[in-house]
Amino acid sequence: MPSLERVEIKKVTKRFGGERALAGVTMELAAGSMCALLGHNGAGKTTLLGILSTLTRADSGSVAYRAGDKPVTGAAVRREIGMLAHASLCYAELSARENLAFFASLYDLDAGRATLDAMLDRVGLDPKARDRAARTYSRGMLQRLALARALLTRPSLLLLDEPFTGLDRGGAISLGGELGALRDQGAIVVVVTHDLEAIAGRTDHVAILRRGQLVFEDRGSYDYEQLKDLYHSHAN
Amino acid sequence: MTVIGQALRVAGKDLRIELRSREILYTMAFFGALLAVVDAFVFPANAKLARAAAPGMLWVAIAFAGTIGLGRAFDRERENDTMRALLLTPVPRLAVFLGKAAAMTVLVLSVSLVCVPLLSLLLDVPLVEHPPLALALLLGAIGFSVTGSVFSAALLKVRSRDVLLPVILYPLLIPLFVAGTSATAALLEIPRNDDKLWYWIGFLGIYDLAFLVVSVWIFESMVIE
Repeated sequence: MPSLERVEIKKVTKRFGGERALAGVTMELAAGSMCALLGHNGAGKTTLLGILSTLTRADSGSVAYRAGDKPVTGAAVRREIGMLAHASLCYAELSARENLAFFASLYDLDAGRATLDAMLDRVGLDPKARDRAARTYSRGMLQRLALARALLTRPSLLLLDEPFTGLDRGGAISLGGELGALRDQGAIVVVVTHDLEAIAGRTDHVAILRRGQLVFEDRGSYDYEQLKDLYHSHAN
Repeated sequence: MTVIGQALRVAGKDLRIELRSREILYTMAFFGALLAVVDAFVFPANAKLARAAAPGMLWVAIAFAGTIGLGRAFDRERENDTMRALLLTPVPRLAVFLGKAAAMTVLVLSVSLVCVPLLSLLLDVPLVEHPPLALALLLGAIGFSVTGSVFSAALLKVRSRDVLLPVILYPLLIPLFVAGTSATAALLEIPRNDDKLWYWIGFLGIYDLAFLVVSVWIFESMVIE
């Protein structure tokens, strides 16, 4: 199965009714990079993540997924995508282990208890809570479970929408480290966040959207103060 | 893993959740039973009339109780946006659709298990004595679940989906309920009208096949934004 090495976004536009969500966004994502996708609410970040996840259709333009020079399409792309969205994407009536086992089975992955526990250890979900229904979880615990589900498949394209929401400072720092490690292993990581502190110094690609347009893009690492300045000068 | 195997996994997950909460099953069964009881009281205690009305009562109870179940079954996929998680997996969308429809078929059949004996008892109509009724109910449940699942999934993100679902669904289900009612009525004729019975059971089979093909064809385009 190919690992994605490049995602080429070309002149992507999307409207919802009369509202313009994206207006001709062109950018490229490369393996081994972490892109911070920034912008105010309604700037089009979540729509762009939806299009990258293949679950939202662009009105025009294209998104090409490549492994080497070969295009990757359909189910092969979906197999490579891990997604953390606003919602947990997990079943409230199932426990953490059951959720992971179900999704692992759909990917034909090993759903043994040891494998699932290793993943839950990795995201720091309390062992005592793992057999409880997810509806009893706190926001932070749900976020950890959602992250475990997203990482379960060892995705080469990781799409994260506000991943730090609900996590305490320790959890956010740990997640930031985890994302950095994934990037170092060659994954393409795209993070939509307003928590600039959590991603400062970790990203090597910054893109800022304003009213559906890409108004700033640079491949470079920024500290918190630099990110804050960039955000205020371009997102507003 | 084949498409059928993957669909069974999706259906198994739905049924496991339902067995744990029993929320949809109890609601559907209670509503179906309530309709049967109300119908039994509304119609006069006339054996001939009851025999004529029983098929319609049975299929109306299945339609209404089934619609409640459909709405709730897909609400579960909306709560944590789990439909998106399903669609994001490499599993073919066909398997997701078939899995959801299969689980719904089991639930609709469960309602039939409550409504058939209850109507038999309350109206003194020998519904349970006719094995072909099981086939008609199975085909009816499949047709209802297939057609219902595709539109429930399509309306998942629509705010007024509870109102829209029956408005869109019932006109499409009219042939199915006409066939189901007619097949049941043929069973209750004295003597049993086998020609009419098998004609309508055949019609149910064709309806299922046609709507299965159409639903499989349109499902993906209806769930992707």
